[in-house]
Amino acid sequence: MAYAAAAPREPFRLSMLIYDTRFRSITIQVIVLILFGLFVSWLLNNVVQNLAAKDRTFDYSFLWNRAGYDIAQTLIPYTNDDTHFRAMLVGLLNTLLVAVIGCFLATVLGVFAGVLRLSKNWLVARLMTVYVEIFRNIPVLLWILLVFVVLSETMPEPRAFRVTDEMLAAGEAPRAEAWLGGAVAVTNRGTSIPGPLFDTNLGTVQLGFLPVSLNLLAVLALLAASFLGNRWLLRRARAIQEATGDRPVTWWKSLAIWILPTALLLWALGFHLEYPELRGFNFTGGITVAHAFTALLIALSLYTGAFIAENVRAGILAVPRGQTEAAYALGLRPGRTMQLVILPQAMRVIIPPLISQYLNLTKNTSLAIAVSYLDLRGTLGGITLNQTGRELECMLLMMLIYLTISLIISALMNLYNQSVKLKER
Amino acid sequence: MVDTAQPFARTEMLPPQAPPLTERGAVKWLRENLFSGWYNTFLTLVGLWVVWSLVSMAAPWLMNGVWNAGSLAECREIVAARAGEGASGACWAMIRDRWHQFMFGFYPRDAYWRPILALVLLFVALAPVLFQQVPRRLLWFTILYPAVAFFLLWGGSAWTPVVAMLGFVVLAAGYRLLSDRLGVPLATGIGVVLMVLWWLFVDAPLATALSSLMPIGLPPVDSDQFGGFLLAFVIGVTAIAFSLPMGILLALGRQSDMVLVKTLSVGFIEFIRGVPLITLLFTASLLLQYFLPPNTNFDLILRVIILVTLFASAYIAEVIRGGLAALPRGQYEAADSLGLDYWQAQRLIIMPQALKISIPGIVSSFIGLFKDTTLVAFVGLLDPLKGITQIVRADIDWKGIYWEPYIFVGAIFFVICFGMSRYSMHLERRLKRDHR
Repeated sequence: MAYAAAAPREPFRLSMLIYDTRFRSITIQVIVLILFGLFVSWLLNNVVQNLAAKDRTFDYSFLWNRAGYDIAQTLIPYTNDDTHFRAMLVGLLNTLLVAVIGCFLATVLGVFAGVLRLSKNWLVARLMTVYVEIFRNIPVLLWILLVFVVLSETMPEPRAFRVTDEMLAAGEAPRAEAWLGGAVAVTNRGTSIPGPLFDTNLGTVQLGFLPVSLNLLAVLALLAASFLGNRWLLRRARAIQEATGDRPVTWWKSLAIWILPTALLLWALGFHLEYPELRGFNFTGGITVAHAFTALLIALSLYTGAFIAENVRAGILAVPRGQTEAAYALGLRPGRTMQLVILPQAMRVIIPPLISQYLNLTKNTSLAIAVSYLDLRGTLGGITLNQTGRELECMLLMMLIYLTISLIISALMNLYNQSVKLKER
Repeated sequence: MVDTAQPFARTEMLPPQAPPLTERGAVKWLRENLFSGWYNTFLTLVGLWVVWSLVSMAAPWLMNGVWNAGSLAECREIVAARAGEGASGACWAMIRDRWHQFMFGFYPRDAYWRPILALVLLFVALAPVLFQQVPRRLLWFTILYPAVAFFLLWGGSAWTPVVAMLGFVVLAAGYRLLSDRLGVPLATGIGVVLMVLWWLFVDAPLATALSSLMPIGLPPVDSDQFGGFLLAFVIGVTAIAFSLPMGILLALGRQSDMVLVKTLSVGFIEFIRGVPLITLLFTASLLLQYFLPPNTNFDLILRVIILVTLFASAYIAEVIRGGLAALPRGQYEAADSLGLDYWQAQRLIIMPQALKISIPGIVSSFIGLFKDTTLVAFVGLLDPLKGITQIVRADIDWKGIYWEPYIFVGAIFFVICFGMSRYSMHLERRLKRDHR
């Protein structure tokens, strides 16, 4: 019996670079590398030539020049004497504001619609199907424009809210009334909502370049403390349950921990709401939200909500029916079954597409351009770009910022996926 | 005497009795589906209230719709005369007046037959791809269609697309001649080089010479005359057609063993997916002038199509990667053990299965892409939604109209996108091969 002799080592020939799969991949990669290098250097060369032809340089020092334009909605103090960099920050915060509130609203809406779409109630299930299909199949830009136009063209003028003495005498009602007992007034100029005010002010601290109210910090710190206290309470309850089998009642203690200290602090600081009031030709007091923001928020939430509803539905349907039956066989009631058996498994399916919907919503906030809401694209990629004429710098920086936001969100998603991944051998 | 009195025994079955009134027909259905408990009843009532409030708001407005009027003011007069003062009514007359702009933008009116013919031919070209019953020979027309459509839409000399398509003939001829002697990779490479040389050096002079010898063609149409759904279709269809192959290549690149290819693919995909489409469109309109050689300037629509294609291909690559990942490892190994090379394995074993798995994702990417064509409005093109609607709303006759144009445009988008999603469900069902 003879062992198969090892294949004779062929001497290396040049043709093996193409015909031998061991070497071919190296050949291909070298070719790709050369082509890619050529392409990049071609691009860079063009950029250099174009910049030279336009007598321009590539630098970001313009960010420290005076911006000179106003921004209607600012989360941090900003005047037109501030720098372009600060204007960019204001825009970025405006983007994030829409994104965060939008994600929250879209999730609420999506979970609601997704669960109701599976409802046994025929009418409600159909209504939700109609909602999902209509919003998924029509461009989000249409919803943004439509909501904006409807808000700013059909809502009454501020003076329609006026109540004059003659009208009181004649017993006439004004042509328009604020909702919720005068709290929310929607006019064709914007939506006025009550604003939070404190009687005592603890002062502000300067954090880098933005001043932060100590009142706000105190409330946040207290909420964090409540969170820790609540966690301790729940952990203790679990320990008792493990030891004795009886779980102490915790819900009212939790509620007290969350509400009481915060309420006390707010009362001590003299917290109250300032209602919008009609003075002269417009509403003053409270917070006036521009329709651009409202329209963007409503449209993005409704649109993304429809997609999230589909994800939620798919996630719930993905849990096999046997799981429910097994839980019932163990004697769990329907509510506990949902909470302990179905939801944890459905979440694993729901969360990844949910996060990518968040990502989409964040990217779609750039459609603010349609309603002239000054977000990151409106400030850095809009007015700053037009004023300074530095297209290359502004666009690259803006793309970089969007890319960073996206990568952070996807990194969070990957972390979550790692933590809920089925542990397999 | 024989006792004829038999004990009572039934010989035939009793017909089944109808179920009780509450357990059949509409009553049963209502009880089970709408009023099965207090919670369900509550939901039903809320649902009915929603439906009622929508209908009571929209119905009079729709019923009082006016189709014949010259301006919004005239519409309102007609509605007031017909349904009384203060009644609301839709003014569809605007659509009657301006539908051609919503459809074609500022395309010359006497040339409308060209985009319409191109659309009809598009369906002819799509038929062999979409439906199996259509004869396979039609695929040749599908291959020729881009040149035909380009010629119909943009006009100009008929020789330009013909000579350009000859470049592909050069590629095919070079491949045929050389593949026996030099093998597939080298023959393809040389063929591509020949094709590029053809386009760079032969194409333009030959087309000019031919068109001066034999001038046939259509009156040219400028790109800035394109608008409305014509523009959405041109961008959407082209980007869909090119993003699928690009997406497949990117997905394969991402799955590749070659580190460099993989890194480049991942970098490209993640970059594109990380930035909003608007920034890419602005790149097309503002930045390309920096990245291209000085004094090159080409059509804005073409630039936008290129970037929309790149954008869509990154998303499709991710969808296809999902399909590839879902394939059992054994399929790859089986292909290897049959002695198939990489491309054969991809073409015959991997892709048919992976693409089938990713159909729903691919189609929803296409739907998203088609919806995203509306964003080209921001770089100054006349999309139906913002570009054209703004023009209509700026007209003195139709100032103040808002529901009607948006409903019209939205309905068309809905029909197209909904149709696509239904087709993908049909395809899924047709291709389903369950292991029973």
